[in-house]
Amino acid sequence: MSSTTIHNTIEHSGHGHDDHGHHHHETFITKYIFSQDHKMIAKQFLITGIIMGVIGMLLSILFRIQLGWPDQSFPLLETFLGKWAEGGRIKPDFYLALVTIHGTIMVFFVLTAGLSGTFSNLLIPLQLGARDMASPFLNMLSYWFFLAACVIMMTSFFVESGPASAGWTIYPPLSALPQSISGSAAGMSLWLASMVLFIASSLMGALNYISTILNMRTKGMDLWKMPLTIWALFLTAVLGVLSFPVLVAGVVLLIFDRSVGTSFYLSDIVVQGQILPQQGGSPILFQHLFWFLGHPEVYIVIMPALGITSEVIATNARKPIFGYHAMVYSLIGITILSFIVWGHHMFVTGMNPFLGGVFMITTLIIAVPSAVKTFNYLATLWRGNIRFTPAMLFAIGLVSFFISGGLTGIFLGNAALDINLHDTYFVVAHFHLVMGSAAIFGMLCGVYHWFPKMFGRMMDDKLAYLHFWLTFIGAYLVFFPMHFMGLDGVPRRYYAFTEFEFMKEWLTVNTFVSWAAIVAAIGQIAFLWNFFYSIFYGKKATQNPWESNTLEWTTPVEHLHGNWPGEIPTVYRWPYDYSKPGHSEDFIPQTTPFSQTMSSNLPHDFEGNPEAERIQLEWQKKQQAEAEQGV
Amino acid sequence: MVPSSVDQDRLNLRPKKFLMWLFIITSFMLFAALTSGFIVYTAGDPSRGIKMILPKLFLYSSIAIVASSVTMHLAYGAAKKLQFSRQRLFLAITIVLGILFFVMQLLSWRGLIENGVYFVNPNASQSFLYVLTGAHLLHIFAGLIVLLTSFAGTFKSVAQVKNVFRMEMAAIFWHFLDILWIYLYVFLLLNQ
Repeated sequence: MSSTTIHNTIEHSGHGHDDHGHHHHETFITKYIFSQDHKMIAKQFLITGIIMGVIGMLLSILFRIQLGWPDQSFPLLETFLGKWAEGGRIKPDFYLALVTIHGTIMVFFVLTAGLSGTFSNLLIPLQLGARDMASPFLNMLSYWFFLAACVIMMTSFFVESGPASAGWTIYPPLSALPQSISGSAAGMSLWLASMVLFIASSLMGALNYISTILNMRTKGMDLWKMPLTIWALFLTAVLGVLSFPVLVAGVVLLIFDRSVGTSFYLSDIVVQGQILPQQGGSPILFQHLFWFLGHPEVYIVIMPALGITSEVIATNARKPIFGYHAMVYSLIGITILSFIVWGHHMFVTGMNPFLGGVFMITTLIIAVPSAVKTFNYLATLWRGNIRFTPAMLFAIGLVSFFISGGLTGIFLGNAALDINLHDTYFVVAHFHLVMGSAAIFGMLCGVYHWFPKMFGRMMDDKLAYLHFWLTFIGAYLVFFPMHFMGLDGVPRRYYAFTEFEFMKEWLTVNTFVSWAAIVAAIGQIAFLWNFFYSIFYGKKATQNPWESNTLEWTTPVEHLHGNWPGEIPTVYRWPYDYSKPGHSEDFIPQTTPFSQTMSSNLPHDFEGNPEAERIQLEWQKKQQAEAEQGV
Repeated sequence: MVPSSVDQDRLNLRPKKFLMWLFIITSFMLFAALTSGFIVYTAGDPSRGIKMILPKLFLYSSIAIVASSVTMHLAYGAAKKLQFSRQRLFLAITIVLGILFFVMQLLSWRGLIENGVYFVNPNASQSFLYVLTGAHLLHIFAGLIVLLTSFAGTFKSVAQVKNVFRMEMAAIFWHFLDILWIYLYVFLLLNQ
């Protein structure tokens, strides 16, 4: 038991701290609803995220109908939407609300909470060898704040003046004045309330993730033996901790402007012939505060997806990840750089051109770590023994989107080019590919890969392939044409662009895009059916279905509080020993000590430990001698 | 699971203490954002700025909160040396000083209003005075709750490990609130 004492200082228990409940005595409520078990919380985040994702997608289909067939009436819409679609056509106010809530849901609720929340909760304790999070109670609160935020956001569809409609960036003065558009009345207040809860939830989550990663790794798991998923989730949490409070500051001032009558952001405004009393405010101040969060936020969205992809590509290419250290350093580089590029969202706000130049340079520098990651993915795939599992396809899909969407970022990052491209469909195409599609592919990749770990069953491969191809081709067909619209100057967020002569010719393209979106949306049924059916009736999973190295696959298929039935395993090696020459199998789990893999050990495995090197050398001499005797 | 490891795990408080430090970072980022917002806003136009002498009460409240930090430290030291009545006494003084600080900040708001420096103000630099002190007061409120729970805890028989842990968490948080106020006060003094 001497080794357990050492363990106990590192490891941590999943058991409740205030109650002495054992998992045998759990009731339905403590197990499924107010659960403090990180694996259950991960599932709660995932399923809530999927539901929000479906809602966000349906909203996008609604506004795609307006964009694709602007002059046609769909009486069915009126049946469902009532006064928001009188005569079967979506009203302009409601169109703006749809765009706003679609963006908010997708960026925050699906790709931040749904992605980070799910995989941080699932993977951090499991891949690091911890019994649970640093504070399981805070973790539970984090989910419940998130759910409350979701409910409040959805409630705004049921208030008379409709949901918030100033865009997901809620720039004042539009968002600050209830008399400006109907969406800035009660809907906007609900939006703000929802976001405050959401930020609280994200922060509670992020604090937990960081504390767990830094304090609760199992024996042998030093930072450079952590899987890249953990590195990515860690740096994502760091970004969240540093940037979300800044949004709080911006939102609080906005709330004062809306409700108290201060003028932090408001000045010289005339609404319907009336001069408003607010004077002296600066709307640019809000943009600074918003984008100081807003830009790190896009990396909060994409980095977990990049981490998941690293893990899945290495596992399924049966090769060590190419440039593990470079991958980590590029993540760190992205994390740091992401805080000094926010100005590239504000090139056209009258920013000093010199300052614009500085932001342009920092923005373009981010291309370097991003390219390092891309090339490392490609180099990992190069001559790999690739297994095209559904997760692998989605990982490769992510790399594809990351390249095609990332390239246009270089255009947009240029202060001069941005004058022309700002707020056109070019921007929409860029970020939907590089952070929207790429991140959602990372999330789906993670779902397909870790489904056996979460639910103990397998998802159906054929449906998964169908889902992949429909989504992959669909996403390109939806977003690629938008580049050309943007280059021609078609602005985003316009309700009736056909009113303008020069944009009329883009109607056929929009109809095509809408059809592609509808088909891709229908394709998601393959996923939803597969996901929910497999939870109950999928094929039973084995302990390590993908023959992976990381610690989570050493836990039993049946879930238990505390993750490992006995002692927590010790880690001896990095997580990417795939296809190591000289070993009998093409993977060596992290828990296998070097003493059991004498035939495949390499000099650098021992990190300069002379004793280990000596033993290895002796073994090799003995082998050689035996071989010579045999001859 | 080995039951003995569960019990020992429960005493592993290091990750929880780390959570407190991380919370302090988030909290600091909030104030960093607000003060940077102040700078960006004020630099935008010469007509903006605090343009007044800060109320004297801020100085007195600063003295109160610095004193409370000292007594907090004494209370923590007493808790570690198992001197429970001393711990209780100094904790009580800390709480009283904390409440005094709270009240003085509110009074200074009244002073501001009497001088015509309103929250609803075309010169939002002056509105920022209320936002900065108000956000800090919210933290002070949370800090007082933390102090009161540790104070109430001293009347129950809790394990010494837990008592010291509670005191340590409360002390970290309270010292942070003290330093945060000093930062805000100096920041405002430099901008007045």
